[in-house]
Amino acid sequence: MKQIRFSGSGGQGVITVAIILAEAAVNEGKEATQSQSYGPEARGGASKAEVIISDEFIYHPKVQRPDIVLAMTQKAADKYYSDLQEDGLLVIDQDLVPNPPPFKKVVSIPITKLAVEKLGRALFANIVALGAIVHLTGIVPLKTVEQCVADRVPPHTIEKNLQALHYGWEAAEQAKK
Amino acid sequence: MQKARLMQGNEACAEGAIAAGVRFFGGYPITPSTEIMETMAKLLPQVGGKFVQMEDEIAGMGIVLGASLAGVKALTASSGPGISLKQELIGYAAAAEIPVVVVNVQRVGPSTGQPTSPSHGDIMQARWGTHGDHPMIALAPWTVRECYDAAIQAVNFSERFRTPVILLMDEIVGHLRERVVLPEADEIKIYPRRKPKMSREEGYQPYRSDDDLVPNVANFGEGYHIHVTGLVHDETGFPSGSAKITEEVINRLHEKINRAQEEVILYDEFWLEDAEYAVVAFGGTARTAYEAVRNARARGLKVGMVRLFTIWPFADAEIAKLSKQVKGILVPELNYGQLVHEIERAVAGRCPVKLLAKYNTEIFTPQEIETAITEFCK
Repeated sequence: MKQIRFSGSGGQGVITVAIILAEAAVNEGKEATQSQSYGPEARGGASKAEVIISDEFIYHPKVQRPDIVLAMTQKAADKYYSDLQEDGLLVIDQDLVPNPPPFKKVVSIPITKLAVEKLGRALFANIVALGAIVHLTGIVPLKTVEQCVADRVPPHTIEKNLQALHYGWEAAEQAKK
Repeated sequence: MQKARLMQGNEACAEGAIAAGVRFFGGYPITPSTEIMETMAKLLPQVGGKFVQMEDEIAGMGIVLGASLAGVKALTASSGPGISLKQELIGYAAAAEIPVVVVNVQRVGPSTGQPTSPSHGDIMQARWGTHGDHPMIALAPWTVRECYDAAIQAVNFSERFRTPVILLMDEIVGHLRERVVLPEADEIKIYPRRKPKMSREEGYQPYRSDDDLVPNVANFGEGYHIHVTGLVHDETGFPSGSAKITEEVINRLHEKINRAQEEVILYDEFWLEDAEYAVVAFGGTARTAYEAVRNARARGLKVGMVRLFTIWPFADAEIAKLSKQVKGILVPELNYGQLVHEIERAVAGRCPVKLLAKYNTEIFTPQEIETAITEFCK
């Protein structure tokens, strides 16, 4: 079983990428649950989405001890890393989380910066992050995720989103070295 | 069998309703039920149905009653304040015996409360939200697949008994996405709209009931003259001031469902064979309770579980039977304590009943319920 938490601020798209990852897992024949918690605001405010992937039916649908936490804001990083498994992994946006929490394994990736510099818009940051998470968890093949991204995003943005996914994947590879 | 999909509870509810033959949705959006409305808006036109966003929840309830009277299976969905607004017309549906399904994706109340957080605060409202003596059917699914099945079941019950049915979901299952394999169309049983069995000339009366105490009210526009009212009415459908008829009508409204309890009261049992203690849970909380009970059993505790699918009418007989077997019943609820009172009533002092209440916007963790089980078993 793998437990993954995506966190950030409302509007960054963390729920969308959680859905895409869960969908990819289902397309790989696995059980998956995806849940979220967010405030009443449409933008801003804390946003958290969780995915559990397992070979068996998942009863309690929320993450208890995440294997991996993605934090797209400082606030999210501070709030959501503490129940990580001991050998878990905290993935942070390099620029948006200037003060990494005191955790053993932190991977810092310029997620939003890559989206802006390579694709021209911060909007793609969530998919960049997804690419990194897919690489770091290795739980679903990149190809399956590509298909799910293409299915979920507006048609005219598919190409840029797939590029974003690959930038994230490569950045995770770099960060691991 | 269909291909596995990642699906949300609210989407599954909407798709189940369509599979059950619902072809009309009227309503007003509100978190955490909005995806039901969005899915209906997308899918209904594709199957020849109609979707109307109304000016408010009251109108959303009124229009589905009108659609149902015109012969179209109809559903509305809301939450919290929206469900409160619908109450008067839910009573109208009970009195006028109009088949309709009202989905309540429960969130924290009272009032606007916590719009995005789960709760089981509407258990008693589902039963007694509208005024007067009336029966009620309420179903609480615990998985996304069961949101689909429960929508079908709710529509079928509403047609079978000509009564409003509350599909009592919660934010946990409503917003949850999980892997689902939906049934094929030929695996789904649909209860068709009841039709008059004779002509006006042969003496048809719209509110004369069959042997099952349910009347075959004609749809508007199908050649019968019918009158519909919330006032107590006789077999003709017109108001009656008679004491005798009032008593007969109230008896019949209750008895049509009371005498079908075995058909309506549905639940699952887990590990009861050797259970000395039991957890009774429902809705999204039952998922967490299941994990807690499984973990407790792995530590050697003889604990079982009943998962109630039908909340109303209450599973009196099952809970009474359980109370004769076990030394205690634990009831986790996301409220200040509601269903526990029904359980206590059914247990009638035969064993201790303990409430585990939570109402801080968060769902139970398996550890919380397991700890309560361990304490209880001491």
